[in-house]
Order: sequence, then structure tokens, then C-alpha cells
Amino acid sequence: MSRGRAWVFGDGVNTDVMAPGLYFKSSMEEMARHCMEAIAPDFAPNVAAGDIVVAGRNFGIGSAREQAAMALQHLGIGAILAQSYGRIFYRNALNFGIPTLIFPASGEINAGDELQVDSVAGVVENLTTGHRYQVAGLPAHLMAMVSAGGLMPWLKHRIANKDI
Amino acid sequence: MGLTLQQKIIARASGRDQVTPGEIVTCQVDLALLLDSGGPRRIWPRLRELGVGVWDPDKIVVVTDHFTPAVDAASAAILKLTREFVAAYRIPRFFDMQGIGHVILAEHGLAQPGMFMVGGDSHSSNGGAFGCYMAGFGAIEMTGVVVTGEIWMQVPETIRVNWSGAFGTGVVAKDIMLFLCRELGIDNALRVIEYGGDTVEAMSMSERVVLTNMAAELGAETGIIEPDETTLESIRAGGQEPAADALNWRSDADAQYLVTHVFDAAVLAPQIAAPHSPENSGAVGDYLNVAIDQAYIGACVGAKLTDLRMAAEVLTGRKVAAGTRLLIAPASQKVIRDAAADGTLQTLTAAGAYLLPTGCGACAALGAGILAEEEVCISSTNRNFRGRMGANSAQVYLGSPYSVAAAAVAGRITDPREFLS
Repeated sequence: MSRGRAWVFGDGVNTDVMAPGLYFKSSMEEMARHCMEAIAPDFAPNVAAGDIVVAGRNFGIGSAREQAAMALQHLGIGAILAQSYGRIFYRNALNFGIPTLIFPASGEINAGDELQVDSVAGVVENLTTGHRYQVAGLPAHLMAMVSAGGLMPWLKHRIANKDI
Repeated sequence: MGLTLQQKIIARASGRDQVTPGEIVTCQVDLALLLDSGGPRRIWPRLRELGVGVWDPDKIVVVTDHFTPAVDAASAAILKLTREFVAAYRIPRFFDMQGIGHVILAEHGLAQPGMFMVGGDSHSSNGGAFGCYMAGFGAIEMTGVVVTGEIWMQVPETIRVNWSGAFGTGVVAKDIMLFLCRELGIDNALRVIEYGGDTVEAMSMSERVVLTNMAAELGAETGIIEPDETTLESIRAGGQEPAADALNWRSDADAQYLVTHVFDAAVLAPQIAAPHSPENSGAVGDYLNVAIDQAYIGACVGAKLTDLRMAAEVLTGRKVAAGTRLLIAPASQKVIRDAAADGTLQTLTAAGAYLLPTGCGACAALGAGILAEEEVCISSTNRNFRGRMGANSAQVYLGSPYSVAAAAVAGRITDPREFLS
């Protein structure tokens, strides 16, 4: 369960703006400081742990760079709700254990709304407006991996159980 | 029900006779491409944390391209770590400072029909031109592949894109892709783009890979092209012998496509994508007279030998305009050798082109040639997102090598056909 303020983005937010190439050799802390800088300079300095990213179509389109998802994780993003995702970003985000849901009604969320997300049940509550949304929860085949905290904890679990 | 080529490969890699779009399967990986960017640098610490090694060093190819050549202590350290990883795990196929990974796989015939391949870079779709399934993934996902040798997939739908007819003068595969970014949009996750038709069949492999490379810009899982004699000749030229049944890897006659598009290459004009997305494209006539500071020929998609030759065709007997710079970062060391041998490099440098080392370079704001605030660039690369090539306010237009070279001569975007006979 995640709860936080909504940061609302439009369509086609690409991974170059989430993790600019100019900071590829920097620490994650430095990289995260520039996350979304080109389109939303107030985002990285003001986002709080637990806050929720809401976006339109093709969130995370473009480069495979995992630093895009890592920067959002570093900033403490509690969940991502977008209408659709860039295919690699979607997998990266889940692999880092970030609850990432397909959320068709993102246009109904206003910046700063207080949201509560149950990613397993697929229930999103807008505590500011009182609206409740039922969407698909995390994919069944990834539930165990995401619940474990992401791919690394899941691999550790599988290795410990001699599953690999 | 028949299967498309990509579905046949996924079925084979997941040990099934049939697969259905939407189904979740686990595929065994035939080859994994690791680059210095998202490869050992990010994967090795995780292997140490897990206390395991790589699943099969013979199925891993490592290439340095994003941080080559080292320009500071950080990039030097990344390259050193990459070399140490290769030595530690005894990975036999390591291409250090030889060129861009996607181009290296093609040059060495390592992508072959029917293979299931993954790469730690979004433009890994490049390899699909050879009739294999090859898609890009993030380094965290590649960590899983390197440990287990497998990866989960949701079986994609297939979109068939047929092109017929001969290109007009100055029109090439890059123009097809900039056109398709507008026509098909970028919302194509869980779809594979299968290209065909007589226009595609007539293309060299160097042009075909442009189509699959930029399937990434369509947001597709990957692109793929059914193999033919041109494919096999290219693999043999790379020093590999294709399997005897390589040409059997084709879509079934009754395969199910989500949709089939048919386009006429003969009426296609040179295309330009305006800032800040490849889908923001139109015919070159819509962008005439945009003044440029920099023209850039580089990247996996746009600095192969054929691309340099296109630029040379425009630049023969001409000069780069005053106040404009033309930067060329050839896609591989082999490209440089071949372009030196056939006179292409001489034509380019005589025209005033500034030659850069091979590698991913300025395409992703990593190497030489990045842009300052407010600067305008036309580039033969594949992506023009805000900040992609440097400063956030820089404006990047995309075009074919013909269009980039023509803009370099004119100092502004112009129709390349005015320089071609």
C-alpha cells in the first residue's frame, strides 16, 4: 500500500528526461537530482518519499537505461500510475520493486491530490476527491517478484531455494 | 493457426509448439549482448551480491561503445571494469573499442535466423533484421538473464509493414522510419513490427537494420525481417556459416497479424523529425530553412559505411557551410577502414567534416559533439528527445545521412535531392 501526493505528467515522458545522459557517470544521488529536470524542474527538489507519479501514455518510452527507474526509486516514489508504458521501463520499474499499474483514468488526477494505491488489489483511491478506481493489479506472474521487493531479492530467494 | 516469425522463435525458445499473443512464457536465451553502459558496470556488483557467476560465457558478447574512448577518470574506470569482467568470467567474444555493439553483431554474423537474443540497450532490435528475435532490456533485467539464462516474455502481436516500389533519388530506409514514427506512432508495446515487400527485399542489410533498429522508436518490442539470400551472404561475410535450415524461419502463410500496412516507397519524400520526438516528423519540405549549428552523422543507425557514402555523395566537390560544423563518428573501426579504403573518408574530410572516434558518442550525450543551450542540430541518429544530445534547450532534428549532409552544405535544412543527380 502506497500513499502520497500526485505528480502529474503528460504523454510520452521518455527515459532521457528521467535520467539525462549528461549524468550517466554521476552517482545515483546526483542523477536523481536531475530527474525530469528538462520538463518539470520543480519535481526532483520537491518530491517526497511515498509520492505517486501519474502520467499519460508511453511513460518511460525510449532508452533501456535502468537509471530512469532507479532515479524514481531513489526519490522515494511509492507507485507509478500511467495509461501505458515504454516496454523496457515498465519491466525495469517492476524489477526494482516499484508498484507500477496501468491506470486509464490518469487524466482525472490533479497535481497534489492525495492518493492511496493498493497495487496488489489494483485499487486507487483519490483521498482528495473521494473517487475510487479499480484497475488491474500487478500481473500474476510478477506478483511474487514484486512482493519480494524486486528482481534482486527474488533472485536471492530463488538461489537460496536452489531454484536456479 | 499459423504463426508469425517472431512467434515461431518465441515458441522454439520457450519449448512450445504453439504460442498465443498475450500468453506469458519463459524463453531460453541464445545470446546476450552486454555493453559498457548497462553491462558489467551495473551487473557485476549484483553478481557479487548474489554470490553467483554468469550462466554461460559462450552465450555472452561484450562490447565497449558508450564510453569509448575514455575522456575522464569516470569513463576510464568504467572501461577498465568492463575489461576486468570479461577476464574474470572468461568471456570469449569481447569487442573492445571496435565499434557500436549492434553494428559489431552484424559485422561478425552473430545474429542469425531463428535465434532468441537479448541486449542491454533499447536499439538491440537492430539484430532483428537478420531474422532473429532480438530485443532490448534494462541492466537489471539483463542481470537476471546473465544469472539464469532465461527471461519472461508476454507473446507479442505482430504488425506487418509492407513497402513496395523503388525509392526516388535521395530517399532511404531512414526516411521510411521517420515516416512510420508519425504514421504508426510510438504506442506499440507488446507488438513486433515485421517488415517486408519488394522495397525491403531490395535493401542491403545495412539499410534493413535501420528498419529494425528504429522499431525502438515505434515503442515496439522489436522489429524483424524474414531472412533471404542477402541475409545469409551478410552472415557469411561476417565469418559465420548460417544453419542449413536458416531460410525456413519465415512467417506462415496463414499467420495472424494484428494489422497489415502497405506503403508505396516511390512516392516517399525525404523525411525530417523535428524536436523533441521522432514521431514529430514530416516531409523535408516542411522544414526548409531551419538554420543549423551542427550536423551530426553518428550512432548505430546512421554511421555505417553506406551512411558515410550517402554523405560523401552529397559532399563530393562541396564544402560544409561557414558557421556550420559537420561531425562524423563512424559506427565501427571496420567502417573507418572501409571508408578509408574506398575514398569516402577523403571526400568527407575534404569537404570539411570533423572526424570523431567510433562509438555511441554524442547521440546520447556521452561522447564528443554534445550540444550547448539553444543550439540547433540535424542528426542521422535515431532519437531527438529533449536533452538527448546535451543541453535541455538544444533543438535536434533527425534525418537521413543525405539530409544531414545537405544541411551541412547549406547551413540550413534543405532538400537533399537538390545535391543529387
